[in-house]
Amino acid sequence: MTPLLEICGLHVEVEGREILRGLDLEIPLGETHAVMGPNGSGKSTLAHVIAGREGYEITKGIIRYGGEDVLELEPEERARKGVFLAFQYPVEIPGVNNTYFLKAAVNEIRKHRGQPELDAVDFLGLMRDRVKLLDFDEDLIKRPVNEGFSGGEKKRNEILQMTVLEPTLAVLDETDSGLDIDALRIVAEGVNRMRSPERSFLVITHYQRLLNHIVPDRVHVLQEGRIVESGGSDLALRLEAEGYGKAAAVTA
Amino acid sequence: MPEPQRTLGAAEVEQLVEREYAYGFVTDIETEVVPPGLSEDVIRLISEKKEEPQWLLDWRLKAYERWQRMTEPNWAKVSYPKIDYDAISYYAAPKSAVEDGPKSLDDIDPELRRTYEKLGIPLVEQQRLAGVAVDAVFDSVSVATTFKEKLAELGVIFCSFSEAVKEHPELVRKYLGTVVPLTDNFFASLNSAVFSDGSFVYVPKGVRCPMELSTYFRINASETGQFERTLIIADEGSYVSYLEGCTAPMRDENQLHAAVVELVALEDARIKYSTVQNWYPGDKNGVGGIYNFVTKRGKCAGARSHISWTQVETGSAITWKYPSCILLGDDSIGEFYSVALTANRQQADTGTKMIHIGRNTKSTIISKGISAGHGQNTYRGQVKVLPGASNARNFSQCDSLLIGPDSGAHTVPYIDVANPEAQLEHEASTSRIGEDQLFYCRQRGIDPEEAVSLIVNGFARDVLSELPMEFAVEAQKLLGVSLEGAVG
Repeated sequence: MTPLLEICGLHVEVEGREILRGLDLEIPLGETHAVMGPNGSGKSTLAHVIAGREGYEITKGIIRYGGEDVLELEPEERARKGVFLAFQYPVEIPGVNNTYFLKAAVNEIRKHRGQPELDAVDFLGLMRDRVKLLDFDEDLIKRPVNEGFSGGEKKRNEILQMTVLEPTLAVLDETDSGLDIDALRIVAEGVNRMRSPERSFLVITHYQRLLNHIVPDRVHVLQEGRIVESGGSDLALRLEAEGYGKAAAVTA
Repeated sequence: MPEPQRTLGAAEVEQLVEREYAYGFVTDIETEVVPPGLSEDVIRLISEKKEEPQWLLDWRLKAYERWQRMTEPNWAKVSYPKIDYDAISYYAAPKSAVEDGPKSLDDIDPELRRTYEKLGIPLVEQQRLAGVAVDAVFDSVSVATTFKEKLAELGVIFCSFSEAVKEHPELVRKYLGTVVPLTDNFFASLNSAVFSDGSFVYVPKGVRCPMELSTYFRINASETGQFERTLIIADEGSYVSYLEGCTAPMRDENQLHAAVVELVALEDARIKYSTVQNWYPGDKNGVGGIYNFVTKRGKCAGARSHISWTQVETGSAITWKYPSCILLGDDSIGEFYSVALTANRQQADTGTKMIHIGRNTKSTIISKGISAGHGQNTYRGQVKVLPGASNARNFSQCDSLLIGPDSGAHTVPYIDVANPEAQLEHEASTSRIGEDQLFYCRQRGIDPEEAVSLIVNGFARDVLSELPMEFAVEAQKLLGVSLEGAVG
């Protein structure tokens, strides 16, 4: 079966500097994969390139999603096809109500799928439901998007958006950074609840800690723009114990 | 690793702010136009056409005499070629509206009715707009006023200015020029000399006007100026909410719109005045568009009176406008809420003056400027506290949002305090729509145009929420449409 996400020989430059240097990665539908790596290895670049952010020059390679080459697709087109990125640094949008924002997003996606748009009442019902599941402060859904949110609240808001938008591929970009252990558990539970044979996750992280809570099917080590090692969830534990230096040595 | 903050490039913005002006059509209607040029004879002619009393003609002539000795102000941060005042026609009116005088709603020229329908302003007293009474001003004359009888039952007078001169001369004479004197400034004096029509409102003592009153201004004729005059008087303990909207055809020439608005709030009265200004802004190279040079001022004459100005300025090639409050009565309140959007080559120099004279007077200024493309946006405001204004308070907040690298935002606050007890606060900020905000929205499936509209509306929210419900929705759409286009 074709994997949901298929990246082959991907080379990416940012402002003339090569960040990804021939990256290969496959995630079958229904699986959760973790990509781990030290700072500057290209983790966030990978997340942004999958989502279609501008400012990254793809010099070689291909990204297929659901069997389709997505490199020419705009970010919103990828989103409507089910790609979701939980941001490492969620952006504030002052004055724009969180619920209103998410309703606009849900309806864009529904429109794309040929489903009728949700009205305010139906949508609010859906929000309330998800908010409860995530133990999210209901006041936050009435506030402007991420404005004045603490770091943990912002990350939880990302997960709330994910549970409402129900993507097919969710990319979590260092969602664990800046979270205390309680918040980490809530975020992980949110993710685990959504795991299904119809959905894949790409969990990008620096630390093994998150993977105690979200146990991945596969772990990949990203170093200097390439996947240098892949293995089961025990690979994460080994990396934690031995550090990234060892992994690099393996490929050397 | 945090992403480098990227702002939008010029090409992206160009596409983003490419705007469609939906109201640029011309109504083909027989129009009576006075030949271009300004002289005593022209003023006499206008006065005669309107069958005005002698005192009003004298008033006009005095203003004209003053105007001739005045020079056009040049302190605003706007630039435009010199205006040839002799190339402008000072009076234009659809023949059908003038020949038979004021008429009932059923007798309006069908062409005019269609024009207003196209603009979304049906001139019928229908259910959908049951909460709004409309005075429709077409070029130099008022062509219809709805719900007049219903309002009259409460003693509320809502009619065209010309009609007020005929039917309520004592009120007009008592208040005309008491807030904006005929010597006030170059454009106000010009208006005082040649003003043609506008709206008049009087709300009697203790009456709360049950519906929104609104005037819809439409410029249609070419090479003419529009010089309307609005006078609103809220008698003791009364309340009125008034709204004006404006559009004009797309033309390559610039057209002058020099209006004067005077508000008088007596003891315990409250006036809420809202503007959604959408005059033709010119094309993306800055050709054509309206010069919107307007003097608006309210006088809180009585104790505990309250005047609020709310404006959403999205149109006009150039906006020069400072809706102000004279806080004369003790404990009176003045408010100014403004969103000004300049895209392409538009220029806006707008703000307010809050003049604190009475004791315990309070004023609030919230200004939101949005500049895109080569748009230039200046907030210019004055807070003046006179020696007698003990315990006066002001809060000012001026925020600017820049879209693209070629736009400009400027804030020029003047503060002049002569009473040691006064408390003033001023906050200001400037921000940009970043690529990060846009990407965040797009990653959630939202179109770039929709995303910009969302961000801009969020930025303007504090002001939009001051508008009456029906118009807040319209204004929100307008902000979106004004920035329509596609991101690269």
